[in-house]
Amino acid sequence: MNAQSRYKFLSVLSAVVLLSVGILAWGPKVNAAGEGKITGSVKLSGTAPHMRGIDMSKDPYCSKAHESNPAKMENVVVGSGGGLANVVLYISEGLSGNELNAVPSEEPTFNQKGCMYTPHVLAVDVNQKFKVATEDQTTHNIHPLPAPGGGNIGWNKSQPLGAPPIETSWKNQEVAITVKCNIHPWMHGWHVVVKGPYAVTDESGNYTIKNVPPGSYTVTAWQEEYGTQTQKVTVAAGKPGAADFTFKAK
Amino acid sequence: MRTSLFKSWFLLGAAAVLAIPTVSLAQNTAYQENQWMEMQSHIGKFSGHAAAAKSDYRRYCVGCHGELGDGNGENFPWLDPKPRDFTLGVFKCRSTPTGTLPTDEDLFNTIARGLVTSNMPQWNTFTNQQRADLVAYVKHFSARFQNEKPGEPIQIPPEPEITADRVKAGQEVFNRVQCWKCHGVEGRGNGPSASTLTDDQSRPILAYNFHDETRFKCGTSDQDLYKIFMTGLDGTPMPSWSDNIKPDEAWDLVFYLRSLQPMKSKEKEIARQLGLKPVNPNAPAAQPPATQPPATQPPATPPPAAQPPGSQP
Repeated sequence: MNAQSRYKFLSVLSAVVLLSVGILAWGPKVNAAGEGKITGSVKLSGTAPHMRGIDMSKDPYCSKAHESNPAKMENVVVGSGGGLANVVLYISEGLSGNELNAVPSEEPTFNQKGCMYTPHVLAVDVNQKFKVATEDQTTHNIHPLPAPGGGNIGWNKSQPLGAPPIETSWKNQEVAITVKCNIHPWMHGWHVVVKGPYAVTDESGNYTIKNVPPGSYTVTAWQEEYGTQTQKVTVAAGKPGAADFTFKAK
Repeated sequence: MRTSLFKSWFLLGAAAVLAIPTVSLAQNTAYQENQWMEMQSHIGKFSGHAAAAKSDYRRYCVGCHGELGDGNGENFPWLDPKPRDFTLGVFKCRSTPTGTLPTDEDLFNTIARGLVTSNMPQWNTFTNQQRADLVAYVKHFSARFQNEKPGEPIQIPPEPEITADRVKAGQEVFNRVQCWKCHGVEGRGNGPSASTLTDDQSRPILAYNFHDETRFKCGTSDQDLYKIFMTGLDGTPMPSWSDNIKPDEAWDLVFYLRSLQPMKSKEKEIARQLGLKPVNPNAPAAQPPATQPPATQPPATPPPAAQPPGSQP
């Protein structure tokens, strides 16, 4: 072991010790403060871009699945009243200690259905377990492509018809990881890996970030086409924070 | 007089303050470079050292893989597939699971063997020691090799005996997991998804045509073929199938894929005797084509001479 890796080891060790002490000291408090939340909505101003239809004729199974409801791209999904779906909201500043490092126990599923990803955007916490599942009677390959050097490592696994779900997680924060299926080139989704509480907007563009203790935060909203926006939000005891975002159509 | 003295002291001090980060930055890079140059490889009784491969790399590898190992050598514009970018630490030919680093031996074998359907030749001219040194040199380009260990090589059970049942079962696997989506019903690399395949850098890439080559991308043996589909070719559309093909089925698939190759083999002879026809994706799921009504044209696989357009160069 050379000098550098010894220091690295020592620093990691001390970090682990500090962290465990921190968890012991802070644990009970966090549970008490876990009721706070941040709510709001995300809208798109201007004319929503045209989402082109997807030609799935190369795989008859896929095109048949969309016979009555033609599939189209999902880069920008605008609901009633201009609400923007699939926007990830997370706390980019102001969290500390346990709130930052707690990993949710829920295990969300990134599903393949009708040769599309549902949800189109999956948000997870660092190290949060999630499943990649398929309901399709056709073979997919799941190929996440994290940015090189960011600490997350890409992989490429097959999921033929009837394959069991893949259980996995991401080690590092990354907004956002592209996920594709090489067999069905139109299949394109996102894994958004954040630290701390997060939310994804529903079809009407509404969201609620739960388990936010009282404090002052910066909330970041990420949309795959329009990038990020931030806002300062204060959460007081018994009074949820609020932040509405508006992205401008290009 | 006095002020100008202060002034010169101040300027000197300011210059020193400004210079400190520059110097330390330079030292850091030099240190890092030196440390990375300490990269080693271990293949059997050979230990390779990155520093020892410097001149070989500059002479033989730099033209394609580039000085920085990023695959951006002067030949880059003329090559397809493009030279590997070593800085990413992502390699096609591995004995280790998808998403993990290859073993030193994997890289050693790749240098020795070359990569068919690419411009990477077999480096027969190198001694084993030179190859081991080059493995260390290739590793030194990527931070992944500083921070991660290679994956655990996958377990390959002993090769069973080739039987007609196994060749037939192999074709059923080929049909069930839908290898034909990319590789085509006859394994000619012309499946419905073949024309839209791209690698991790979004560059077009061809699906392998089994009728064209006697060698596979990552070797010539049955074990090499087993490894290719059970670990996947990272950086390409080829996924790992280890979650969905059992080891015993994997051997069946190996034998079936062998029957598609252009050279004579026991597997090819079995397929001919069985009268195996290309899989039929439109048949009801999991129906082996052998149970279909007999065809009027008996040859199992068309002769390799008849190459359809879209086959590999």
